[in-house]
Amino acid sequence: MPSIKVLAEREERGVRFTGGHTLCAGCAEPMVVRTVLHAIPDPVVVASPTGCLEVATSRFPGTAWNVPWIHVAFENAAAVISGVEAAYKALKKRGLIDKRVRFVVCAGDGGTYDIGLQALSGALERGHDFLYVCLNNEAYMNTGVQRSSATPKCAAATTAPVGDVILGKPQERKDLTEIVVAHGIPYVAQAAVSHLIDLANKVERAMKYEGPKFINVLTTCPLGWRTPRDSAIQQAKLAVETRYWPLYEVIEGRYKINYKPKERVPVEEWLKTQGRFRHLFRDEQGKELMAQIQAEVDRRWEALLAKEQCFGGNG
Amino acid sequence: MRKAITGHKAVAEAMRQIEPDVVAVYPITPQSEIAEYYADYVHNGIVHTELVPVESEHSALSACVGAAAAGGRVMTATSSQGLALMVEVLYIAAGLRLPVVMALANRSLSAPINIHGDHSDAYLARDSGAVQIFAESAQEAYDYTLMAQRIAEDMRVRLPVIVNLDGFTLTHTVQPVDLLDDEPVKKFVGKFQPVSPLLDVDHPVTWGAFAMPDYYFELKRAQQAGMEAVPAVFLEVQREFSQVSGRRYQGFFEAYKLVDAEYALVVLGSTAGTAKVAVDELRAQGMKVGLLKPWLWRPFPAQAVAEAVAHVKAVAVLDRAFSFGTLGALFEDVAAALYPLERRPILANYIYGLGGRDITVPDLIKVFEELPRLTQNEWALRYIGLRE
Ligand SMILES: Cc1ncc(C[n+]2csc(CCOP(=O)(O)OP(=O)(O)O)c2C)c(N)n1
Ligand code: SF4
Ligand SMILES: [Mg+2]
Repeated sequence: MPSIKVLAEREERGVRFTGGHTLCAGCAEPMVVRTVLHAIPDPVVVASPTGCLEVATSRFPGTAWNVPWIHVAFENAAAVISGVEAAYKALKKRGLIDKRVRFVVCAGDGGTYDIGLQALSGALERGHDFLYVCLNNEAYMNTGVQRSSATPKCAAATTAPVGDVILGKPQERKDLTEIVVAHGIPYVAQAAVSHLIDLANKVERAMKYEGPKFINVLTTCPLGWRTPRDSAIQQAKLAVETRYWPLYEVIEGRYKINYKPKERVPVEEWLKTQGRFRHLFRDEQGKELMAQIQAEVDRRWEALLAKEQCFGGNG
Repeated sequence: MRKAITGHKAVAEAMRQIEPDVVAVYPITPQSEIAEYYADYVHNGIVHTELVPVESEHSALSACVGAAAAGGRVMTATSSQGLALMVEVLYIAAGLRLPVVMALANRSLSAPINIHGDHSDAYLARDSGAVQIFAESAQEAYDYTLMAQRIAEDMRVRLPVIVNLDGFTLTHTVQPVDLLDDEPVKKFVGKFQPVSPLLDVDHPVTWGAFAMPDYYFELKRAQQAGMEAVPAVFLEVQREFSQVSGRRYQGFFEAYKLVDAEYALVVLGSTAGTAKVAVDELRAQGMKVGLLKPWLWRPFPAQAVAEAVAHVKAVAVLDRAFSFGTLGALFEDVAAALYPLERRPILANYIYGLGGRDITVPDLIKVFEELPRLTQNEWALRYIGLRE
C-alpha cells in the first residue's frame, strides 16, 4: 500500500501534476489529483472534462500536466478516454506500442453526475479499462457555484439561491456511487480528500482490476462551500465523521465500509461550519429542514450497513 | 473489380480497406448499414479495428477525437440528428486539427422528423471547420472516402473530412461500383502519422488547452491556414488517385458540358446525375446548357467556380436545404464567387428536394427553360416541386 513516503518519492522522481496552476488557494482538487496520479506507478494518460480543474491547469501556452492530458468538452470525458483506450488496444495489437499505459479521468461532479452521466454509463457498460475519478465538490464551481445533482439538499447555489420562499436546493443529492455500482463494474469506491492514504490505497486496489473503475472523491471547494481557505481537509473529515460521506468500496459486488465512525456525530456539526448552509441556523424552518437532512443521512447509512451485511465479505 | 452494391456497402468497403485503428459509430437511418457492415467485419475478424459501439453520436465523435489524439487512425459515419448531436465535438475535432474521416448519409433535420434525403445536415456543419466533399454516386462515395483519408491526414491540412452521400438515393440503391484491390488502396492511403500523440507517454502533451483572448485568435488563424491548404492537397490527391484507379478526377468540381454553355446549373450530390440527363435532352434540342457539380464544398473553390461559369448568361443554383432567413448557402457561395467578375451571369436560387422530395428530369428542364427569361438577378427564392 502506498504510504505518504512512497507517494512523495514518486513525486520527487517525476512530478505528474505541477504547481503554477490557477486553482484557488485552499482548493482540494490538486491534492486529489496528485494523490491519484502518484498512486499509479505505470505511465498514465489523463482526460478531464471542462471545469475548474481543466480551466485552471491548461491555460495556453502553459500547462500543469506532466503526463499526457486531454480535454475535449464538458459532457464527454468518459467517451474521450474510451477512444484513447481503444486506440491503445489497436496500436498494441499492431505492435506499435509495448508499454503498459493506464487511463484516468479526473472530472467534476457536473461533468459526471449530470451532463456526462450518459457518456460515463456508456463507457462503464462497454467495459473500457480505465479509472474514473470524480472530484466531487458538489456544484458547478467553475461557472460560479450553480447547483448540480450532487449538491446537497438546502445548500445555497447561485441557481438554487436562498430566497424568501425556497431555501437553497430543494432536492436531495443523487446517489451516483450506487448508480455506478449498478453497472456491475469490478471496482467502485467513495473517498474523501481528508483521507489521502485511503484514497491512494483505493487507487492502487482499483488498478489491479481490468475494466472500468470508479472513485467518487468528496473534494472540498472553500469558495463554493463558503468555508475558510485552510479548512478543506477538516471539512471533508467532518463529512465522513457525520456519516454524510461514508468511505466505502464495492469490489466485484462486495461492499466494504472502510471507516465506521464510533460516535454518531449529527450532520449539523458539518453544516454549521459552511456558509452555504447558514440559512438553516436562523429559525424553526431551518431546524425542520436540518432534521430532514439528518433523516436522509441516517437512511443512506443504514442502507449501506445493510448492503455490507448482505453483500460483504471477501467472497 | 466491378460489383453491384449499395452506397453503404461502397463506403463500408472503403473503410474496410483503410482499416482504421478505431471506428466509433452510432446507428441512424439512412447510415446504419455502414455501422452494421463494419461491425460484421470486426466480428468476423476481417479487420483489426477496435470498434467502439458508443451510446450516442456525441460519444462517437468524442471517442474518435480521443483515439485520434492518442495516435490512431479513426473513422465514423452518421446522418441528420446524429450529426446535430456531434456538432459540438466536430468544431473541436477541427480546432484540435484531428483528421477524422466521416461519411455523412445526408438526411433532413427535424422537425418535422423525416428520414429522407436533403442537405440540411451538411449545411449545419458548414462553418465547423470540417472539409466537406459531395459524392454524386456510390462510386464517387467510395473513391472520395479513400481520398478523404489522404486529404485529412496531409500534414498541411490535418482536419476532419466529411464525405456526403445522399440518403437513400445513394445509400440504399444498388449501383455498379469499381472497387480497387486491397493492396493498392493500402499503399495509396499509407501509414498514419500521428502528431504529438497522447500515447507517446515519454513526451507528455496537453491536448485541448484553454486559450484566452491573448492566443485564441492566432490559434484559429492557424486552423484557417489548414483549410487554405486544402485545395492544393485536394488536386494532388486526385491526381494520385486517378493514377491508382484509372478513373479521372481533376478539379474541385465536375464541369459537364459547361465550356460552351449559355445557361448553367450548380448542384451538389446525386441530383447532378439527374441534371446530366436534363442537360443532354436540352442539348439534343439545341439549347446550350451545362452543369457544375462541386465535389469540394468546404473550402469553397470560389475562384475556380467563377472562372468556370463567367461566360454563361444565367446560372441557377440549387440548394437542397434552407438557410432560413437568407438565400441558400450554395447560392451565396456562388454569388460571392462571381462578385469580382466584371460581367456577371444572372443568378437565380432554387430550393428543391427537401425531406426526400423527388427531383426529376422534367423539373430540371423547367429550371433551364426559366433561365433565358430572366433579365436580372432573382433575389427571391424559387422552389422546385413544391405545392403552393
Ligand atoms: C455543453 C456545455 N454546457 C455548459 C458549459 C459550461 N460549464 C463549463 S464547466 C461547468 C461546470 C463544471 O462543474 P463541475 O463538473 O462540477 O466541475 P467544477 O468546476 O465544479 O470542478 C459548466 C456549467 C460547457 N462548457 N459546456
Ligand atoms: S472554485 Fe472551488 S473547486 Fe474551483 S478552483 Fe476554486 S476552490 Fe477549487
Ligand atoms: Mg463541481
